[in-house]
Amino acid sequence: MTLKRKDLLTIRELEPEEIHQILDTADSMKEIGTREIKKVPALRGKTVINLFYEASTRTRTSFEIAGKWLSADVINIASTVSSMTKGESLLDTGKTLQAMRPDVVIIRHPVPGAPKLLADRLQAAIINAGDGAHEHPTQALLDLFTIRERLGRLEGLRVAIVGDISHSRVARSNIQAMRKTGIEVRVAGPATLLPRYPEQLGVQVTTDLEAAIADADVIMMLRIQRERQGPTLLPSLREYSRLFGLNVERLKKAKEGVLIMHPGPLNRGVEISPEVADGPYSLILDQVTNGLAIRMALLYLLTGGHPAER
Amino acid sequence: MPAEAAMDTRKKAQIMDATAIQRALTRVAHEIVEKNKGTADLVLIGLRSRGVDLARRLSQRLKQIDGVDVPVGALDITLYRDDLGKAGPQPTVRKTEIHFSVDKKKVILVDDVLYTGRTTRAALDGLMDLGRPRVVQLAVLVDRGHRELPIRADYVGKNVPTAKSEQVQVMLQEEDGVDGVVILNNTD
Repeated sequence: MTLKRKDLLTIRELEPEEIHQILDTADSMKEIGTREIKKVPALRGKTVINLFYEASTRTRTSFEIAGKWLSADVINIASTVSSMTKGESLLDTGKTLQAMRPDVVIIRHPVPGAPKLLADRLQAAIINAGDGAHEHPTQALLDLFTIRERLGRLEGLRVAIVGDISHSRVARSNIQAMRKTGIEVRVAGPATLLPRYPEQLGVQVTTDLEAAIADADVIMMLRIQRERQGPTLLPSLREYSRLFGLNVERLKKAKEGVLIMHPGPLNRGVEISPEVADGPYSLILDQVTNGLAIRMALLYLLTGGHPAER
Repeated sequence: MPAEAAMDTRKKAQIMDATAIQRALTRVAHEIVEKNKGTADLVLIGLRSRGVDLARRLSQRLKQIDGVDVPVGALDITLYRDDLGKAGPQPTVRKTEIHFSVDKKKVILVDDVLYTGRTTRAALDGLMDLGRPRVVQLAVLVDRGHRELPIRADYVGKNVPTAKSEQVQVMLQEEDGVDGVVILNNTD
C-alpha cells in the first residue's frame, strides 16, 4: 500500500482511506522519536528541500527533524537569503532546484496554488506546507492524528473550530479532513471572519462561542491572522478576546474533559488564556510532537519507487 | 487445509502441521535453555508479524520449562530494508514495540522463515539502533536455504530444502486461524 500520488498538495484531493493510511503510518513512526538514537535508515541517500517563502518555526523545523530522523539530507532555503530576493520567479527557482535532483520539495508560499505549480512541473514529490489562505494539509493530518490518538476514534466526534475561519488554511484543511473522517464540525467566530458558504464546507456556523463548544469533544482555537486580514474586520483584539477568547470561565460551559488544541503560534491572552493553553486538557504540545510522526510518514510514503506513470 | 486452498491453483505440499509446529517450538525452547544455561537475561524479539506470535509461544514454553517470564518484544524491520524506494510503492510500516532495554541482554530474534538472510540483516541493524545486547541469537521455524548473506540460525524448527521458485508459507493460529507450513510452487 502506498499513497496513490506523487505529491501532497491538499486534503481536498485525498481519499479517506489515504488519510487513514497516513495516520496509521505515523502511528508506527512515532516510536522512533522515543528512542535514544533517533534515526532509521529508510531515506538514506534521499534529498529533501525545505523551500519557505513565509516565516515558519514549527513547520520548517518539524519537516527538517522528520527528514533527519529518517536519514534524508535536508536543506533549508528561506526566502530572505536566497535568489528569491533577487527577483527569481517561483518556477525558475523550482527548475533550478530540480536540476539538483531533490526527491522531495516542501514548499510554503503566500500564494494559493503555488505548490501545485511546482508539482506539475517538477519530478520531485511536492509537499504543501501552507499556501496562502488555501490549505495546510500536514497540520490537519497531525491534528487528526492527535485526536485519534487521544480519543481512539474520529468517526462521530464533535469538534468546534473557533476564530478567524475565513483566512485560515489550518481551518480549511482541518474542516475537510474532519468531514472526510466522519467528524461533525462547528465553526465559531465574528461574522466578518466566518466562511461565506458554510454549507459547501459541510459545517455549522455560529457567532456564539458558548453554543459552539457546548457539546464539543475537541475545541480547536485559531490564531487571529492579522497579516492576512484587511484593516476593518475586527474592531479590536480586546473585544475579540472578550467574545471569542477561551478562558477557564468559558471552559466551564463545555463538556468535562474537552480537549483543547491550537496549531500555534499562540497569542496568549487573545484567543486563549495561559491557564487553558497550559491546562490539563491541552493537546498543544502533543500536536507538535505528533507533527514529527506525520511528516516522517509523508516523507516515507512519498519516496517510494517511481510508479510507471511518473 | 485452510480455506484459501480452494482458490489457489498453485501446487501445495504441507511440510508441517499444527502438531509438528508445536513439537518444533518445544524442542527449540529446550535448546534455548540448554545453550544459554537457563533463562537469565534472555529476551525474545519477534519480527513482524508472525515472528512475534512465535516469540510469544516460545516465551510460554520457556515459562513451563524454567518458570520464568521471558519478555517478548516486536520489531518491524520495514525501515531497515535494503530495497526501499527502489521499485514500486513503499511497504507498510508497522509498530516496533519493545518495552524493555536490550542493553546487556541475550536477545533471541524470532522469525518464521529464514531465506536470503536480508530480513535478518535488517533486524540486526534495527536491534543495534535500540541498544547494545550482550549476544544476539536467531530462532526460526523454517530454514529454507538460499542465503544471500553470511547469516545462519542458532535454532531451527525444520530445515526444508526448496527451489527458489517455490514459496514457503507459514500460517499461525493468531494470524491465519490455523497452524501449518506449506510450500507453494510458483511454476504453472
